[in-house]
Amino acid sequence: MIELTDVRKVFPARRRAGEVVAVDGVSLRVAAGEFAGVVGPSGSGKSTLVRLVNLLERPTSGSVTVDGRVLTDLPDDRVREARRSIGMVFQHFELLDSRTAAGNVEHPLELAGVGRAERRRRAAELLDLVGLGERAEARPAQLSGGQKQRVAIARALAGRPRVLLCDEATSALDQASTASVLELLRRVRSELGLTVLLITHEMAVVKAVCDSAVLLERGRVVDGGRLSEVLTRGHSPLADALLPAPVADAGAGHDGVLLRVTVTDRTPETVVLQTLVGRLELAVEVAGGSVETVAGGRYGRLLLRVTGDLDRLDGALRGLRDDGVLIEAVPRDANPVAATGVDR
Amino acid sequence: MSDWARIYPQLIEATGETLYMVGVAAVLTVVFGVPLGILLTVSAPGALAPRPLLNRFLGLVVNLGRSLPFIILLFLVAPVTRGIVGTTIGSTAAIVPLTIGAVPFLARLVETSLREVAAGKVEAAMSMGARRRDVVRTVLLPEARPSLIAGTTVTVVALISYSAMAGAVGGGGLGDFAIRFGYQQFRTDITLLTVVLLLVIVQALQWAGDHWARRLAHV
Repeated sequence: MIELTDVRKVFPARRRAGEVVAVDGVSLRVAAGEFAGVVGPSGSGKSTLVRLVNLLERPTSGSVTVDGRVLTDLPDDRVREARRSIGMVFQHFELLDSRTAAGNVEHPLELAGVGRAERRRRAAELLDLVGLGERAEARPAQLSGGQKQRVAIARALAGRPRVLLCDEATSALDQASTASVLELLRRVRSELGLTVLLITHEMAVVKAVCDSAVLLERGRVVDGGRLSEVLTRGHSPLADALLPAPVADAGAGHDGVLLRVTVTDRTPETVVLQTLVGRLELAVEVAGGSVETVAGGRYGRLLLRVTGDLDRLDGALRGLRDDGVLIEAVPRDANPVAATGVDR
Repeated sequence: MSDWARIYPQLIEATGETLYMVGVAAVLTVVFGVPLGILLTVSAPGALAPRPLLNRFLGLVVNLGRSLPFIILLFLVAPVTRGIVGTTIGSTAAIVPLTIGAVPFLARLVETSLREVAAGKVEAAMSMGARRRDVVRTVLLPEARPSLIAGTTVTVVALISYSAMAGAVGGGGLGDFAIRFGYQQFRTDITLLTVVLLLVIVQALQWAGDHWARRLAHV
């Protein structure tokens, strides 16, 4: 549905600053119906990247295809037309203060030349969809942040888009509003069959809503994939960002062996515990880590300290690995944090 | 107080002349000043329709118009006035320099107002497929409306003060009245009366402008 091929965006040099390569050869593919995320630290080029999708920024090179149309080949007036089927939601909502909630939702329809009665009807329907049917006549100033973003989402959906772009859509919201806006996004995605591309710097947002994600750093994609696949990797930049490696004091004074376990819905920690506690009769202590629900499955990373008769441990670990469990012993003098090479 | 009977009709007439000059000049100023302000805004580098050369030229013209003392402008545009109205004397003739003096003033205020509309709102409209003229019509002007009204009020008040000067060089109106009856005949009471009258007009205008702007401001 969305396909970027080797897209670059270079902002020309200005007075004192040299030229800035905001997006540096990104290729990205989002399938129809997918909820995709782009994560990265601030300044990594995320916001520029999302603006390349609807050509709010024209790429310096590379091609952008949305819903089968190669936007980068279209002249400006055709691009404007194409934008009507690509909704966009912004961090700061960008509602017009001079219009009511309904008036804001009608705005894109007005631009598309839809008649007044039809606009009214559609705005009411969309405000109902986002749960603000009662606030149609409210001004943005009278709405909370979460409500404003709901109106903005209704506005973005007015033109019956097939693609929805979200630029840090929850970054200006508190936790409760964030959760309800994300819930709304997931709901409209499945009800309307949308393809969503969401930009965020918050890993929690990706974990809450995305099916897949890419990690952007300095304008380049450094890692990515379906979350269910990424999280079953022992290590990768994105996996480490989503599930930070647990920290434990592995220093002297502790007996036993530290084990690093990656928990997935196919290889739950119970399998490991059964082997270690049940079969080898070792004492197992959870030294660190967490397990959470991501993309509908249980994923996590645990650091276990085992003590007891360790003679048969190596053989057992090999057996577990053969069964597909990601488990490894942390070398005695290694700091498990430093071993991951990522601090996030 | 026999002379009041003589002065009173003249005062009414002078007030009417002032309102006529300022009223017509205000309408013309809005008609020319708002589009000029829009042009200044959108042609700026990095704006909606960047035209750096045009922008610099317009900026220069506007600054020239604003830096010129009105009394000088009054004489400088006399040939233009004669060309348009046929004479340089009278209230109608005064409308020409008044308008020319106020247009750059309003244009700058309009530019400032429009520039204050958040760039994100413009971007949001672009993302909906708005054309540049749609952005001006549906985003910039409506969002800046309270501030545009405030700017127009300031401009009309400035026009009243300009009109007093125009009156002194044959335009008629309250300024002319104050000089002829108050100043030249040593009638401080008449000068004061004129001042009070001008104050009332200005106050009424300011009140109406503020009220209107506030009613439209939804922030």
